Amino acid sequence: MRRIVRIASWLYALAVYGFIFLPVIVLVLFSLQATSFPIPPFTGPSLRWYDAVLSDPRLTSALVNSLLVASISSLAAVTLGFLSAWGFARFVLPGSGLLRGLITLPLTVSYLIIGMGLLVLFNWAGVPKSLLAAGIGHVVINLPLCFAIIYSQMGDHQINIERAARDLGAPEWKVLLLITVPVMAPAIFAGFFLSMTFSWDEFVISFLLTRFDTTLPVEIWNLLRSGLNPKTNAVGSLVFAVSIVLVVFFELTLLRRKPA
Amino acid sequence: MSSAGNNPLPRAGHTLPRASSALPWALVTPALGWTLLFFVLPFIAMGFSSLTAHEGGGFTLSNYSQFFTNPSYWQAMVNSLEVTAIVTVVSVLLAYPFAWILAEQVPERWQRLALMLAVLPFWTSYVVRSYSWLLVLAQNGVVNRALTGSGLISEPVHLANTRFATITGFVHFFVMLLTLTIFANLKQLSPSYRKAAADLGAGPVRTFLHVVLPLTLPGIMVGAFLTFVLCIGDYITPQILGGNNELLMPQLVMMQIGRRGDFPLASALSIILMAVVTIAYLACARWLKIERA
Repeated sequence: MRRIVRIASWLYALAVYGFIFLPVIVLVLFSLQATSFPIPPFTGPSLRWYDAVLSDPRLTSALVNSLLVASISSLAAVTLGFLSAWGFARFVLPGSGLLRGLITLPLTVSYLIIGMGLLVLFNWAGVPKSLLAAGIGHVVINLPLCFAIIYSQMGDHQINIERAARDLGAPEWKVLLLITVPVMAPAIFAGFFLSMTFSWDEFVISFLLTRFDTTLPVEIWNLLRSGLNPKTNAVGSLVFAVSIVLVVFFELTLLRRKPA
Repeated sequence: MSSAGNNPLPRAGHTLPRASSALPWALVTPALGWTLLFFVLPFIAMGFSSLTAHEGGGFTLSNYSQFFTNPSYWQAMVNSLEVTAIVTVVSVLLAYPFAWILAEQVPERWQRLALMLAVLPFWTSYVVRSYSWLLVLAQNGVVNRALTGSGLISEPVHLANTRFATITGFVHFFVMLLTLTIFANLKQLSPSYRKAAADLGAGPVRTFLHVVLPLTLPGIMVGAFLTFVLCIGDYITPQILGGNNELLMPQLVMMQIGRRGDFPLASALSIILMAVVTIAYLACARWLKIERA
């Protein structure tokens, strides 16, 4: 009986792993295709489509745009999130529960609706479509996340260290910069990292709020109009590689440091 | 500067400094202001917009009444609900045994790696993920080649641009998400529950049905709700994989903007979609609260 469960478990797990990895393997394999269609039979390996991606100015500038929007909007989101988390965790504010609820509210609304709302507002206020507009949208989706992560990590332990610093005469800004920020560094970094990956991958808000200069997911979307193309495989594989490097880096630096 | 530091506090965390200075407000105002300006205000703008006609003129409810009277709009909501329900059920049914195997059958020291591998494709860009499924399911793609090659079928099957393709793309993503949440749930379960059930004479099947499953149900509900919300609001997966054969709500919303620039109707449809999600939230709130405690 136990043996049957074990064999069935292995088979099932293998099948699910196969299902999970099938599209990724097909994507990466046919990015190395030598001919113009990313369908069997495999004719590679060849790096010509990676060449095509790296020499396409639209894709490379979209890549730079994506990195810029992701890093700047994440920096803004984590700064706003950290300051408000500190304010709510350290001081008694009237209506605190309600206000915290307001900050985390965007987490419950889909990106499409957040993007639609901003589109209607900006259209009405005469704000042109731009990377800045998309960046503003990315702060809206990432701020609640940063706030929730940092707020949940602010415990009694940190309050005591801060109090010690104040008792020794440190002004409030020194407590913030020399005590709170270093102590909260793991949570701040986690918020920043998650915001980076969400912004890097975000499509619908960027699609609605940018026009000519746009982010990588939107540019990839534009590529899709030309049908199946190994160039799309190549750029997709590159994006995947960047994400994997980020995730592994995150695993190694942040999660391993925790005392078990 | 602040009197906060001078307050004698008996125990940390139980008495916080009173907000006697401007400092706390200076800390929370930027985040609150941002949320009000770029989340609440857009929502109000969308609400107003939904009550105007595309052609101009005064207030009207026609955008909302259109939804209820135009069968094709109504159908998009029905499609969305059907697809979301199927995706949620299939994803839970696939992910639960998988998470269970990872948590129970895989040796402890390999679990971290096994889980990391299981969610690795989670990190591909989601536009790319849908495109990859298109490659797999295409008329002369890998699946069709394998099926015709092995002689199971003689003609390639029409898989891409169907509801089946949309569901496959969604299930792929949500199996990974649910495996994560259910795995975490199973690991939190204290082994003493299972030992107690075994001591009282329950076999593995009974222990699972009467102890493990009920205790992990709240976690499943949270994951299922998350699946519902993310699935019903997604535009990319149905647009790339389903094509335009049958529309889901997000596609209908985007169509109003893209083809006709009809912001009022798009606003009204967005608000209706959000109302449906809110109703689902209220229906699940009982189970969702358990996690917050």
